[in-house]
Amino acid sequence: MTKITFVTSDDNSITVEGNTGNVMELAVQNKIKGIDGNCGGVCSCATCHVHVEPKDWEKVGAPSTMEADMLEFDEKVSDYSRLSCQMKVTDAIDGVVLKVAK
Amino acid sequence: MAADTSLDKICVIIGASHAGVNVAFSLRREGWEGKIVLFDSDPEVPYHRPPLSKAYLKADDDSQLDLLFPKQNYISENITLCLGKTIVEINKESNQISLSDGSIQKYNKLVVATGARPFIPPIKGIDLASNLFSMRNFADAVNIQKAIISSEEKRVVIIGGGYIGLETAASLRKLGAKVTVLEREKRVLARITAPEMSTFFSKLHQENGVDLLANKNVILIETSEGVNKLLCDDNTTYTADLIVVGVGIKVNTELAENAGLVIENGIKVDSNAKTSAENIYAIGDCTYHFNPHYNRFIRLESVQNAVDQAKVAAAAICGNEVEYDAIPWFWSDQYDVKLQMVGLSTGYNQTIKRIEDNNEKCQSVWYFKDEELLAVDAVNNGKAYVLGTRFIKAKQQLDKEKLMDVSIPIKQTSFLKD
Repeated sequence: MTKITFVTSDDNSITVEGNTGNVMELAVQNKIKGIDGNCGGVCSCATCHVHVEPKDWEKVGAPSTMEADMLEFDEKVSDYSRLSCQMKVTDAIDGVVLKVAK
Repeated sequence: MAADTSLDKICVIIGASHAGVNVAFSLRREGWEGKIVLFDSDPEVPYHRPPLSKAYLKADDDSQLDLLFPKQNYISENITLCLGKTIVEINKESNQISLSDGSIQKYNKLVVATGARPFIPPIKGIDLASNLFSMRNFADAVNIQKAIISSEEKRVVIIGGGYIGLETAASLRKLGAKVTVLEREKRVLARITAPEMSTFFSKLHQENGVDLLANKNVILIETSEGVNKLLCDDNTTYTADLIVVGVGIKVNTELAENAGLVIENGIKVDSNAKTSAENIYAIGDCTYHFNPHYNRFIRLESVQNAVDQAKVAAAAICGNEVEYDAIPWFWSDQYDVKLQMVGLSTGYNQTIKRIEDNNEKCQSVWYFKDEELLAVDAVNNGKAYVLGTRFIKAKQQLDKEKLMDVSIPIKQTSFLKD
């Protein structure tokens, strides 16, 4: 099982576990406030935007071009922005901390 | 005003798709402690509809439905799902609804999220056609997929060149079908986009082997031994083993109308998603609602509107009124193209098209009414989509000369007036 910690905009820290699907789906299953995933995970709506803790950036990796284009001018963008629907839940990201973008 | 959300209260929701499901979960976030009962005639655990004509249909294996929420979330949030149940009446005087099985459900608050159903045009012979489908529910996608896989010749005619028709065409090409699209108007996507976009999508489909024809008004379908012949009013005929109808929708207003609610191009609601009747709210595709940004009443068929109105209704039911104030957005995936649209282009009098880096597959159309940016259609161009959204929201005045100049890259400040 892969452990992922979400930090919501009201500073609640919630650690959840999963082994399939993408990170947005895992967040929705666990009712993480601020992660909606309205488009169902096809990189179309940016309602699953997270800021990766800088220490975890290498584990998570950089976004694809399509995803980076969606993020570049987003009002909540940071140097560590990702759309969580584009991140697969795998061992490689075990232990990462993701802040819901605000 | 504090609302009574206590344990003995019941909120009933008719319709368990994007709008109905989201209002249920939002009610819990807003503090509703009473019962939540969610009805739908569809027997499936509520699912994302947009993938049906896209990723789901083109997969030739038994791919899974994309559930809106996993089953266990309904249990943990104490939301009662009543699937495969049809509601036949709303009685607003006695605060109850009647089911087709004769049972009654009482409510304190009622949310009508009945959506829409495919419109089947009155073409002679359509009711006797073989393998004729629309594309709205999971069952439709499954049936189309099965029919294609079992068909030898796989000749498909799609009636209607709107988004549903075009997405279905793209998906069926992936399944090896021979696809013809018959559009009644003079171009595809005529109702919703500028000619530039219609031209782009026509070319895209032709490149991918779809026979895409405009000015084709089907007037007769003759069916013999499982093969359909479609006749158009220009005397051309097309043969189909399978027909998909995608000519628009009919709003499911009957329950609300029979209950005496105000109907005007949909169920009329105010900016808190309240209908004309006390304790009854309506959300999603079935509503005719006010959009403050465009300063008019509109009806939308979209996930965005369903989800955003659901949040507004949940807040209002719990006494935390927030006004609906969203810029509409939509998307469509066809082949290797992602189209993202923001805003409403109705009433535009000028369009500006940009093609980035000489790449036809990365373009955007910007719709203006005089100096106001109304909408942006972005093809494989998330930057134009996101920036367009921000400009529309802010009613930002743009320098059109700069916007036309493709040597100026899309940046936050690129197109602002000096």
